[in-house]
Amino acid sequence: MEKIIKIWVKYYYVFLNGLWGTLWMAGVTVMCGTVLGMVIAFLRMSRFAPAKMLSSCYIELLRGTPVLLQLYFFWLVLPKIINMDFSDTACVVIALIINSSAYISEIIRAGISAVDTGQWEAAKSLGLSSFNMLRKIIVPQAVKNILPALCNQFIAMVKETSLASIFFVGELTTSYKSVQSMTYLALQPLIISGVIYFVVTFILSRVVSLVERRLTVSD
Amino acid sequence: MTEIIRTQGLCKNFGELKVLKGIDQSIYRGEVVSVIGPSGGGKSTFLRCLNLLEIPDEGKVFFDGEDMTLRKKYINRFRQRIGMVFQNFNVFSNLTVLENITLAPMLEKKIPEARAKEEAHALLKRVGLSEKAEEYPRKLSGGQKQRLAIVRALAMAPEAMLFDEPTSALDPEMVGEVLEVIRELAQSGMTIVIVTHEMGFAREISDRVLFMDNGVITEEGSPNEMFTYPRDPRTIEFLSKVL
Repeated sequence: MEKIIKIWVKYYYVFLNGLWGTLWMAGVTVMCGTVLGMVIAFLRMSRFAPAKMLSSCYIELLRGTPVLLQLYFFWLVLPKIINMDFSDTACVVIALIINSSAYISEIIRAGISAVDTGQWEAAKSLGLSSFNMLRKIIVPQAVKNILPALCNQFIAMVKETSLASIFFVGELTTSYKSVQSMTYLALQPLIISGVIYFVVTFILSRVVSLVERRLTVSD
Repeated sequence: MTEIIRTQGLCKNFGELKVLKGIDQSIYRGEVVSVIGPSGGGKSTFLRCLNLLEIPDEGKVFFDGEDMTLRKKYINRFRQRIGMVFQNFNVFSNLTVLENITLAPMLEKKIPEARAKEEAHALLKRVGLSEKAEEYPRKLSGGQKQRLAIVRALAMAPEAMLFDEPTSALDPEMVGEVLEVIRELAQSGMTIVIVTHEMGFAREISDRVLFMDNGVITEEGSPNEMFTYPRDPRTIEFLSKVL
């Protein structure tokens, strides 16, 4: 315990820097993943069969293989296909964006299908155009279903970004590794990172359930 | 009498099940037509084909002389001229009572907001919901939701109204208030097609009653003919059970 406090006092900035990296990466991943996920969900729900099939394959492939494998894959392949100097961070973030887009597209699809069919029918019976129906009725109601799940995706990402530490990308688990190599202590820095992870995800999940309750009240 | 809606050889299948088996019917302007019959006989499907919420597998639906099934691109234009009220109300839960009413006129008919609101308030007053204008539908009772659904449809100034079992999901004490609104609408000369299990009401407001069973209209006639002197054995059997 004493050692833990000593390490924290001496190296807290390393952990906080790492935490900032973790939150930043999780945030960017979920935001970009949502944009990409919307496109995938849109293709998945379209009536155009090839688009449907392609997006299904995309989703199944990304959900059916380990994230770690995908990280290695993009880290190896990305600089080769696009002839550019990608930093490790960029490779990892892009891989995580693509990975989470598969999950998020399913969240979006489920959120839209959860809107009562009666709402679609009522909108149609009034002669609303598809665009207006989606914009004014379906999307606002779907967002209520999607938002909590999206926040949960963010929480999952906070933990999942720890995989980036294999490339020594700046985030919380990497901070643990650096502190470990500086202090020659394994357990104490691990406990510190663990506590930080737990506190952050715990607070976030409380916030989510609060938001969730708010959303259901207004339904 | 001029025809407003006509179906020709209307067929609809759900998988193997043949729900509509070639229906030829005309609805005339200003007419109130009730569709009665046992559950699963195709009444609701027939009604839902009249504004193409259900796309028929065979046959045609004419509105005001034009074949709607041929003009899918303009289907919204047709639907704007036909109001529909559902069993489960289907009021928009993310909009206030007032917004429920003004949404379609403002977006699709480009009616200015001030005028749309004015008309919406007049409609709400007509069905006794003036106080609820700024509320969200979750605060309304079933009967209030259904009255809202009716005026939401009326705000588009439709030429005909379709009612799909409008009182079946209501608590008994709320049936009356909804029927009262439909009755007034019928008396105002609106063209109405109503699928209902309220036999007394059908008898009172209808000009014509259709009996539907097993995907076909087996008998039709004036309310008096249908309820007092039914001829078809199936009609007789059904009425003996429900009256």
